[in-house]
Amino acid sequence: MTPDRVALLGMFETATKIKQCDERFRLLLASGQIVCTYYSPRGQEIIPSAFSVLLRPDDYMVTTYRGLHDHIGKGVDLRGLWAEFLGKRSGTCKGKGGPMHVTDPTSGLMVTTGIVGSGLPIANGFGLAAKLAGTDQVTVVNFGDGASNIGAFHEALNLAAVWKLPVIFMCQNNRYAEHTKLADGTSVERIAMRAAAYGIPGVTVDGNDPIAMYEAAATAVRRARSGEGPTLLEGITYRFFGHIMGDDMKYQPAEERQAAMDADPVPAFRVWLLAEGVAEEVDLAEIEQRCDAAIDDAVAYALAAELPSPDELEDDVYAENLA
Amino acid sequence: MSTATEPQTVMLPMVAAINRAIDEAMTKDPRVIVLGEDVADSEGGGVYKATMGLSTTHGTDRVRSTPISEQAIVGAAIGAAIAGFRPIAEIMMFDFIAVAMDQVCNHAAKLRYMSGSQTAVPITIRCSAGAGMQFGAQHSDMLEAWLCHVPGLKVVIPSNPADAKGLLTSCIFDEDPCVFVEQTMSYFLPGPVPVGEHVVPLGQAAVRREGTDLTIVSYGRQVNDCLRASDALAQDGIEAEVLDLRSLVPLDLDRVLTSVAKTRRALVVHEAVTRCGFGAELSAQITEHLFDSLAGPVARLGAKNVPVPYSMPLERAYLPGRAEIVDAARRVVEH
Ligand SMILES: Cc1ncc(C[n+]2csc(CCOP(=O)(O)OP(=O)(O)O)c2C)c(N)n1
Ligand SMILES: [Mg+2]
Repeated sequence: MTPDRVALLGMFETATKIKQCDERFRLLLASGQIVCTYYSPRGQEIIPSAFSVLLRPDDYMVTTYRGLHDHIGKGVDLRGLWAEFLGKRSGTCKGKGGPMHVTDPTSGLMVTTGIVGSGLPIANGFGLAAKLAGTDQVTVVNFGDGASNIGAFHEALNLAAVWKLPVIFMCQNNRYAEHTKLADGTSVERIAMRAAAYGIPGVTVDGNDPIAMYEAAATAVRRARSGEGPTLLEGITYRFFGHIMGDDMKYQPAEERQAAMDADPVPAFRVWLLAEGVAEEVDLAEIEQRCDAAIDDAVAYALAAELPSPDELEDDVYAENLA
Repeated sequence: MSTATEPQTVMLPMVAAINRAIDEAMTKDPRVIVLGEDVADSEGGGVYKATMGLSTTHGTDRVRSTPISEQAIVGAAIGAAIAGFRPIAEIMMFDFIAVAMDQVCNHAAKLRYMSGSQTAVPITIRCSAGAGMQFGAQHSDMLEAWLCHVPGLKVVIPSNPADAKGLLTSCIFDEDPCVFVEQTMSYFLPGPVPVGEHVVPLGQAAVRREGTDLTIVSYGRQVNDCLRASDALAQDGIEAEVLDLRSLVPLDLDRVLTSVAKTRRALVVHEAVTRCGFGAELSAQITEHLFDSLAGPVARLGAKNVPVPYSMPLERAYLPGRAEIVDAARRVVEH
């Protein structure tokens, strides 16, 4: 299943939007114009870009604190997203969730969790709901390489396999868990090898290669949609800017990081699209301008938006406030 | 509206009342599903048979035996709930909730708030619980205070079969996550249970006995011990008012304060260990609201501050019983 032109340009638009959003966040944070916890997804744009053209809005997605790329890929409105990161009332979650807890059911982005590995058991619930309701919705749950070492990973993959749930376990292997190198904390070279323990397909793919990533994701989505069950998909990638904004990255060898940045997947995708004649320079420039404009708009909106009032503090704990 | 005639009742043990509540909820609403270890009939219908017959009636799609995976059970319940179902997750023993606390406290409890009410988690987590069966330290705990400390959860503990049916029904149809605590020692004690729909709203304490000399606030099976203790106290001319909280969150504080304002003396009794138990919270609330009218300090009686012991004399010494309640009540009145 190779991506057609529309899919490729859609992927490029998502990747561009993620890259530009990340650049804008880091710029505004570094200059002190905004303050928030920030886990840069820069370097990991291609994985969510593939899903952005393969999933429907009614498909479910679960992600983590390093989730901006997944939020954008699933189609969360940029205004609401930026406003939520800045803690504004008009944010997706009224400013009550923040960067680590974005929820936007309109786009199918259901849960963003700050607890490593916890999204996997919940993703099964979305898969179970779709199965019981007899729909063909699929659920994608994103997590890191480090998350594959937490107990919830094992429980969730086993249950998904036993119940043949339409869930895609998307491990974004950026080769670090906080400051720990993959090999120092993980017993296997490839996380997809762990799928064998559950009797489900485990696929490792270059998560920075748009075609390979699209094909692997498309296969997993088709498998889930047709009721054949879950897939453990591992996309090999790299995070350019450490674990969290402010990280000194001393544990990441400089040459390794430089090599990854030299192979930056977004400009590489651009070059490829031009070389293959998929698009002309004007097409791509137009996409880039469109993304830029959308981000300008979202940033302006979020900066101007109102903060919540302390009166709202005790709302939303329960359906009805308790006495 | 129904007529004023008394509802028809049948004598049932609490475990059967729980079974009826789930059965009727599943019949009424196809969104109600059950997840848990060995809950389907092919696995015996639950270790205490609380779900017996349900998978035969409602199918194994809706009554699902799971692997031994508490995080996966609660996690799946949460996801399905957000997607529109009303899952009932069975955690075989309350102690085992420790294994699923991340899903319970970080996710079920917080997702409504963190999402600004865009998503809700209407799940019910049922746990068998409590000491008295010589199951030892890891199968006997009462951990309700842990959960009451987490905003976003509701915590419900019935004292009799009728309430078990009515309160569980409320939990299943509540819009928020409820932890429903079933003391194993109560499972097989029969009581009259209304036939057909029976709903006991959360947050409404019941006055089980009226009295003027002190208020004994309790919940769960200890309410029955408090009633028996009150009979003994009455022989000495001490008239205790006994309140059954039924739910700890939401808490019917008004009812508690009204009673204590009248009696001016309060004793809180629960099975859980005393230290940092729910009695500490109640004592603080009563004192904050009624300090000036209290005739003495609010007293607490719970289990001793030790892991639940195995051997029978030790387990008996651990648990607060009728005699301890009588003694504690006397001290409160004599203060
Ligand atoms: C249960 C839990 N333990 C520890 C942490 C702290 N922590 C946050 S992210 C992280 C590393 C996770 O690495 P990985 O799963 O590879 O994801 P990545 O950050 O690389 O995307 C750790 C240890 C946490 N949030 N949750
Ligand atoms: Mg990682």
